Amino acid sequence: MLIIDALLQGILMGLLFALVALGLTIIFGVMDIVNFAHGEFLMLGMYTVYWTSLFLNIDPLLALPASAIMGILLGLASYYCFIRYLLRGPAIAQLFGTFGLMLFLQYFAMFLFKTDYRMVEKGLLVGKSLSVGPFIFDWTKIAAGLLSLISFIVVFYFINMTKTGKALQATALNKEAASYMGIKTDRMNALAWAIGGGTVGVAGGLLVNFYYAYPMVGILFVMIAFACVALGGFGSIKGVFFAGLLIGILEMVFPVFGQLVGSDFLGPHFKVTIIYLAYFIIVVVRPQGLFGWRQ
Amino acid sequence: MLRVTEIEVCYSGIPVIHNVSLDVNRGELVTVVGSNGAGKSTLLKTIAGTLHPVKGSISFENEEIHHLSTPDIVRKGITYIPESRSIFGPLSVEENLELGAFILKDERVIKRNLEFVYTLFPRLAERRKQPGGTLSGGEQQMLAIGRGLMSTPKLLMLDEPSLGLMPKLVDEMLDAVAHLRSMGKTILLVEQNVRESLELADRGYVLQTGRTIDHGTGKELLNKDIIRKAFLGL
Repeated sequence: MLIIDALLQGILMGLLFALVALGLTIIFGVMDIVNFAHGEFLMLGMYTVYWTSLFLNIDPLLALPASAIMGILLGLASYYCFIRYLLRGPAIAQLFGTFGLMLFLQYFAMFLFKTDYRMVEKGLLVGKSLSVGPFIFDWTKIAAGLLSLISFIVVFYFINMTKTGKALQATALNKEAASYMGIKTDRMNALAWAIGGGTVGVAGGLLVNFYYAYPMVGILFVMIAFACVALGGFGSIKGVFFAGLLIGILEMVFPVFGQLVGSDFLGPHFKVTIIYLAYFIIVVVRPQGLFGWRQ
Repeated sequence: MLRVTEIEVCYSGIPVIHNVSLDVNRGELVTVVGSNGAGKSTLLKTIAGTLHPVKGSISFENEEIHHLSTPDIVRKGITYIPESRSIFGPLSVEENLELGAFILKDERVIKRNLEFVYTLFPRLAERRKQPGGTLSGGEQQMLAIGRGLMSTPKLLMLDEPSLGLMPKLVDEMLDAVAHLRSMGKTILLVEQNVRESLELADRGYVLQTGRTIDHGTGKELLNKDIIRKAFLGL
């Protein structure tokens, strides 16, 4: 029973992890750039929902569009004002560039919001739970899981079914060939950043319903997102979905084993170790990731 | 229609094309021949806007285009089919073709072009749902040509369509080029198969180490001593 409970909780968290990692894998797929500031986009998404719901006195769920818009604008601003110029330099400049963006956003958030831990306290779903038989779910986590899934499906549909989405894929596959089709790859780069920012903004907005926002919160989740991206295969959207689920499940199920055998050694404080151990093993056995097509 | 006037093109500061001029008139099949490293691909890439000339000018339908980016040149009506073929491997044959029509808005025109490509290369129609990357070399070349035709270009630039293909397919590919020519398409063809392409072409230019050393009609060039010695081994 405990295992099944952990499994279901893990799936809900996994759906959220997948949404966090989605933008990372899209930006990487299209531009071959690792966005180290991705976690800070998440953090700002959290703050956006927190402040919007507080100031406008609306339900945090209604504030989600604000975090999506903030994320999109942040992604576009990062690309047009910053990343675009880094592309002229060597690859190492892009690596350190987004790392610098990460530090800047962290300290900027610290300057604006101080280091206090903030969480949404009022809201339709906050503090409420749903019991189904022996299982109890927080409504906030159910909402996070389901809305993450919906957002993921929307993006997946956009990329695979629309003309612009296919142009984005073409750009990811072969930039030069895409330009021979008349595709303006600079715009596709910007689109990747907009989608990346928008999705992670929404993820942050969902997360702040049950997790504290503070300026350094990003690193915690971005590390998991990096593991998802590598696990799923760099640039693979299907891969990042299943990797997110896998990691969510591992994270929840593993501590239950510790509980069952009564061992402190397998306790919840080791759950992150297990995630990275699983990551480590898969990367050694299958370096291209679960769904990777790149060698 | 296309006029290249005395262009010089550099790769990282080193000139690889010196003072090359070339004309293509509407409805013509013009070929640029020359050995490896003569600058043929560089010339096409410069017309396509991937590279920009440091000197000289390129105009298309009496409009200067050498400062434009590749996507804008595609919108002017010039498509370039690179020798690498550059198929979008994981995408299906049909998705590859649809991407070729990216600049078109009218669904009916796209559908008509798709039908046209499928009639030209029935093999692509059979494999329309298959990922482009799983096609054979010859089929990938058909797909690359088909994709280039999808935007209804005014000028089609083909870079070594026969590269790496077995002799039977080389003939098939050149037949397809001849067929397009007979339908009134304007084509600029770069080839290493000097004899075949000169026989096919209305006019030809001979490129050697970045310079045009000769030009004329296909027949004229085929009969010139310098061509016979240098390229045909006669």
